[in-house]
Amino acid sequence: MIGLNHYLLLATILFGIGVYGVFSKRNAVAILMSIELMLNAVNINFVAINKFIQPSNTIGQLFAIFVIVVAAAEVSVGLALIISIYRHKKSVNLSDFNLMKW
Amino acid sequence: MQNILQISWIIPVLPFLAFACIGLFLHRWPKAAAAMSILAIGGSFVLSLLVALKVFTGDPGQVFELSARWLSMPGLRVDMGIMIDPLTAVMLIVVTTVALLVQIYSLGYMDKDPGFASYFAYQSAFAGSMLGLVVASNFGQLFVFWELVGICSYLLIGFWFGKDSAKNAAIKAFVTNRVGDFGFLLGILFLTIVFGTLNFGELSTQLIGYDNIAVLLPISILLFFGPMGKSAQFPLHVWLPDAMEGPTPVSALIHAATMVAAGVYLIARAFFIFSHTPQAMFFIAVVGGFTALFAASIALVQNDIKRILAYSTLSQLGYMVMAMGIGAMTAGMFHLMTHAFFKSLLFLAAGSVIHALHEEQDIWKMGQLSQKMPVTTWTFVIGALALAGIPPLAGFWSKDEILLGAYVGGYTGLYILGSLVAFMTAFYMFRLIFTAFFGSNTNGHHAHESAPVMTVPLIILAILSIVAGFVGSPYMNNIFGHFITAPGVVHHEANLGIMVISSLIALAGIVLAWIIYQRKIINHESLRQRFSGIYNLLSNKYYLDEIYAWLIAVFVDGGARLLEWVDLKIVNGAINGLAFFTGWSGRTLRYTEDGQVQTYALYLFTGVVIILITALMAVFTAIV
Repeated sequence: MIGLNHYLLLATILFGIGVYGVFSKRNAVAILMSIELMLNAVNINFVAINKFIQPSNTIGQLFAIFVIVVAAAEVSVGLALIISIYRHKKSVNLSDFNLMKW
Repeated sequence: MQNILQISWIIPVLPFLAFACIGLFLHRWPKAAAAMSILAIGGSFVLSLLVALKVFTGDPGQVFELSARWLSMPGLRVDMGIMIDPLTAVMLIVVTTVALLVQIYSLGYMDKDPGFASYFAYQSAFAGSMLGLVVASNFGQLFVFWELVGICSYLLIGFWFGKDSAKNAAIKAFVTNRVGDFGFLLGILFLTIVFGTLNFGELSTQLIGYDNIAVLLPISILLFFGPMGKSAQFPLHVWLPDAMEGPTPVSALIHAATMVAAGVYLIARAFFIFSHTPQAMFFIAVVGGFTALFAASIALVQNDIKRILAYSTLSQLGYMVMAMGIGAMTAGMFHLMTHAFFKSLLFLAAGSVIHALHEEQDIWKMGQLSQKMPVTTWTFVIGALALAGIPPLAGFWSKDEILLGAYVGGYTGLYILGSLVAFMTAFYMFRLIFTAFFGSNTNGHHAHESAPVMTVPLIILAILSIVAGFVGSPYMNNIFGHFITAPGVVHHEANLGIMVISSLIALAGIVLAWIIYQRKIINHESLRQRFSGIYNLLSNKYYLDEIYAWLIAVFVDGGARLLEWVDLKIVNGAINGLAFFTGWSGRTLRYTEDGQVQTYALYLFTGVVIILITALMAVFTAIV
């Protein structure tokens, strides 16, 4: 029987993969995708906890939809930034963007 | 006649007015400045005479006091005012007489000096300060004028400031006095803390029946520091011989009336405090006695006419302080008065000689002055006889009373010491006279008698040196002792035996000087060679100046060097080290800012994780 813990475990693994991606990938698009992973891990938590802890209302599920909407907007802004940078430097590799240093 | 006391506050104000007038308006007209100054001190002199007449025809215990609040704050109140009692009256007479005569004499001595006007301005300020000190009704006012006297002496000793020696002597006098004044000020503050008042009258009332020696002893010793500096007692005496660098009339003033007299006067004024503590009195007596002997021994071998007189002043001051210490306050004040007359006479006569010989001060280069300068010579001899204590001159009566006080008071050691000093005094004074005035004129100088403006003050002072002693003699029923007295002062009937002995001792000193320096029966050169060790010790003033210079070099300069090191290495080191550390940490830590967004995100994440762990641990420990 699949219970709350399984969902939480899945969400934790997904979130961990997302964090790892954000810190280790050099490709800006890959980082955006990792951020999506982290957001979706959170969404799973919202829905699962809503289902198992308080099934009588649907606030958690509603919140997940909000997150998806915001994530879509965020991705579009992020991609626009990446395209703009790419036009400037012909690269999406973050190692090339280190102007703000000592 | 009560009115004369009411307006006696004018006495110290007049010279100050003269000082201000000369400084502001008259400094371009030397003659007018001198006239102004002499008129002012003359006015003070006349007023002082009237005041004294009033006081000495009245009751000895009477005190007239008039004061106004000058400075007031919690825990300290200083009034400015006047207090007239017999002690004050005597001092007023002495100070104004000597100051007036010195200023008249200065007309001749300082003639054609480029600083003529400012000289008289300083003289006025000096006399005014001393008069303010004398009439002071409390320790606060006394201290203010005490310091004014100090600054005026500094200005006058360094009057010829073009000379390095004069400049250094002025600084030495001032700095040495600061040492004593610091103790004096501490004593005054101590007094106001313990008794809550500085007024002489109130203090003496409070002290009746007060016998907490643990409080009074430090107060007395600290107060005595003032006289030690001003009246040049060992070990703060070093400034007085060097003060000879000033013009000679200034030396006369300093030595007789306005500077060194202040210290002795203070002991007399505060006698009611000192006499409460036998230990302090003993200390004062010993310091005075030691100074008397110490200075007299140095005077034996000096060759500079002014230095001999300077050391004799030191010695006589020691006498006065010793008299105070053994409780013979009356005798001490009596000696202060007679000494003021004959010592100013001696200095002014010496100045007349120096003036005639164009600044020559070595007694061996003088000689035969008795024929060329008769008035100066015979007035000088009168002064020397008075100083030596030959009856019936002034010095005899006062010195005799001190010796009598020591003898009857049971201070046999001090009596013998005093007699020895009397012998030495007679000897060195007549060594000076036989050499400088009656010796052979080896130098071929052409001295001539000084102008009347200089000789008339000499004659007046000579007369005073002869007659001033009679006021304290049995012939006038010791009227001086009748008026100048205080609780605790011991008074003794004149003792014929003591008188005869001290006269014989003085005579012996004169005869010995006559044998060695006039008849030359004993060759003084061979004497000097035989006792060359002692001679060198004495002529180098026991090397005290060198010892002080060494002490200053080691402790003051050494301390300064230590502090310089602390400042450079530790203080500056701390500041520079802090700056260097800041720069170094900035240079090192900037490498964490590598411009990689991911690195920053990692720092952020790490921070969040640390905060989370801390918060969770707090929660867990709260649960457990």
